[in-house]
Amino acid sequence: MSPFLKLYFRFALLLLLVTLVFGVLAAWAFVMPELFSRYFPFYQLRPFHVSAAIFWIITGASAGILYYKREVLSHHPLKTKYKQVFIILWILSILAIFFCYSFRIFGGREYWEFPSVLSIPLLICWLAFMASYFLPVRSPIHPIPQYVWMWSTGIFFFLLTFIEQNLWNIPWFRESYVRELTIQWKANGAMVGAWNQMIYGTSLYIMVKISGDESMAHSRKSYMFYFIGFANLMLNWGHHIYNVPSAGWVRNVSYIVSMTEWVVFISIMRDFRKRVDEYKKALNFVSYRFVVASEFWVMANLLLALLMSIPAVNRYTHGTHITVAHAMGTTIGINTMILLGSLGYILNVDKYTGGVRNLINKGYNIGQYSLVVFWVALIVAGLLKGYRTAVLDIPDFQTIMQPVNSILTVAAVAGIGVAIGFGLIVFSYFKVLNDR
Amino acid sequence: MIVRIWIGFVIVFFAYSLLIYFQADDGNLEGKPDAVVLDGWHTWQSKNCQACHQLYGLGGYMGPDLTNIASAPGKGQVYMDVFIRKGTAKMPDFHLNDSEISHLVRFLVWVDKSGKSRVPGGAVNWSGSYSLDH
Ligand code: HEC
Ligand code: HEM
Repeated sequence: MSPFLKLYFRFALLLLLVTLVFGVLAAWAFVMPELFSRYFPFYQLRPFHVSAAIFWIITGASAGILYYKREVLSHHPLKTKYKQVFIILWILSILAIFFCYSFRIFGGREYWEFPSVLSIPLLICWLAFMASYFLPVRSPIHPIPQYVWMWSTGIFFFLLTFIEQNLWNIPWFRESYVRELTIQWKANGAMVGAWNQMIYGTSLYIMVKISGDESMAHSRKSYMFYFIGFANLMLNWGHHIYNVPSAGWVRNVSYIVSMTEWVVFISIMRDFRKRVDEYKKALNFVSYRFVVASEFWVMANLLLALLMSIPAVNRYTHGTHITVAHAMGTTIGINTMILLGSLGYILNVDKYTGGVRNLINKGYNIGQYSLVVFWVALIVAGLLKGYRTAVLDIPDFQTIMQPVNSILTVAAVAGIGVAIGFGLIVFSYFKVLNDR
Repeated sequence: MIVRIWIGFVIVFFAYSLLIYFQADDGNLEGKPDAVVLDGWHTWQSKNCQACHQLYGLGGYMGPDLTNIASAPGKGQVYMDVFIRKGTAKMPDFHLNDSEISHLVRFLVWVDKSGKSRVPGGAVNWSGSYSLDH
């Protein structure tokens, strides 16, 4: 592994660590604001947490792709310069973002809370990453494996949605609040679809490599799922803004397209038993275990997402912690799980026995169980808020939130477990990286 | 075959994007924002109000949704002014000056005109979707 790539892996793991620490702090600042509001107010902790989380996912995904593509794509000498520019500038830009947060300098857009000039270096980084991914390829392998399709789709659409996310800087887009909001959530929603393409591609790649069964990457069924995912990336984002008074067809297109995911859900349910058996067999394989665990979380989160995508249900769940459960259920349960599996595969952690191995197993177990409690508590908190707002119609915010906050305290305690569990895994990976 | 479907999808993406940019907002009840509203919007972002508050249910969840506070019974502009000026035990005092506060309030009045954040039960139709009147 080149020193640049090694640095990049370390940086990705560091971002995950920052995510965990600031997640726990933000959760406690939420339930005990009086204690935190002076020095570490929630509005400062949350951007640290959410930006670190998003950058952990993108960094982890691109790190894996930079590593794997050497095995798959290019038969030509690498254009390593682009890769190096990408890695160095990416790390510096993210550090600049955290620097701004430290001084409470914000750009104040949901999930992208840094000043928007910092989008310029990030954009340059992504172009450099694309150059290092696409340029060395002279003649693509035949037939192109599905994971290559998924990586390429994800990388390309990340660029498009990142640009779209910044269109608001052009005054025309702000002439109507509804227009601005619609485009903002179009970009956010599709961007999540883009990084999911990169990450699901990685998960497929690992499964193919571990099982040695290349046919998985060429089956008709998996291509059907790929295109369902692709259509959802482009068109399903309207479920974030069902209550926004944009044109009615925006809502209906998203509703219909979102419902196509039932096909995926039913298929996963049907394979459930097979998966359980595989899971038992794979228990000794660290990286594979992460990937299979992610599939259980796909199932749980997909069911939740499908229900939330029915406007009549969304009327109760929108604007509550159910959204947070969905966001973190997917980013932790699915994305983080696959990325840890991917890093584990690259670092070959299965070679290790004893201390490191035990630590990973311990972290895995603590993380999984705590995540279940965390996720369920957030859903219950959301249901309660939805019920008190939309059914009981309580006007006063304090009154609505009183019982909800007790449940969020449970989530905050479980969150400590999530942080310890995943923290142990990160710690073990750092050790393995140092050994190499 | 896959290449062709892929290109088809990308074309749909661009076509749908253009449709969204030009047609998604068919009401525009709030009208174009003037300089004061834009300035208030800028303060809203630079103080990161959305980390704790939502507009149309989107944002952080520590504080209440502020989409329609300007027209809420018993609330309105003076009420907002007091909250923003003083803060509370949970919401920090941002030490904003008079014009920053009044522009923020004007921004929230503008957002309020664009529509209602809460969907009335009666709007849900047989398909499980809504029809929202403008
Ligand atoms: C740290 C979180 C936080 C931040 C940041 C924050 N608020 Fe608040 N805000 C709250 C909470 C919580 C309440 C509810 C009152 C309470 O519980 O103290 C509130 C209440 C309000 C209210 C009254 C709402 C009502 O319906 O009674 C207004 C208006 C308001 N905030 C405006 C703002 C503006 C404008 C900003 C940005 C300059 C802002 N807030 C930033 C947490 C925050
Ligand atoms: C790998 C680990 C994690 C990832 C990837 C992650 C990701 C995210 C994301 C994407 C959001 C935005 C959600 C939204 O606003 O809809 C979020 C919010 C949040 N997360 Fe995490 N998270 C992680 C771990 C944690 C942990 C361990 C805690 C501790 C309890 C935590 C506490 C929070 C809190 C309090 C919020 C803000 C919710 C609000 O706005 O009210 N997170 N996280």
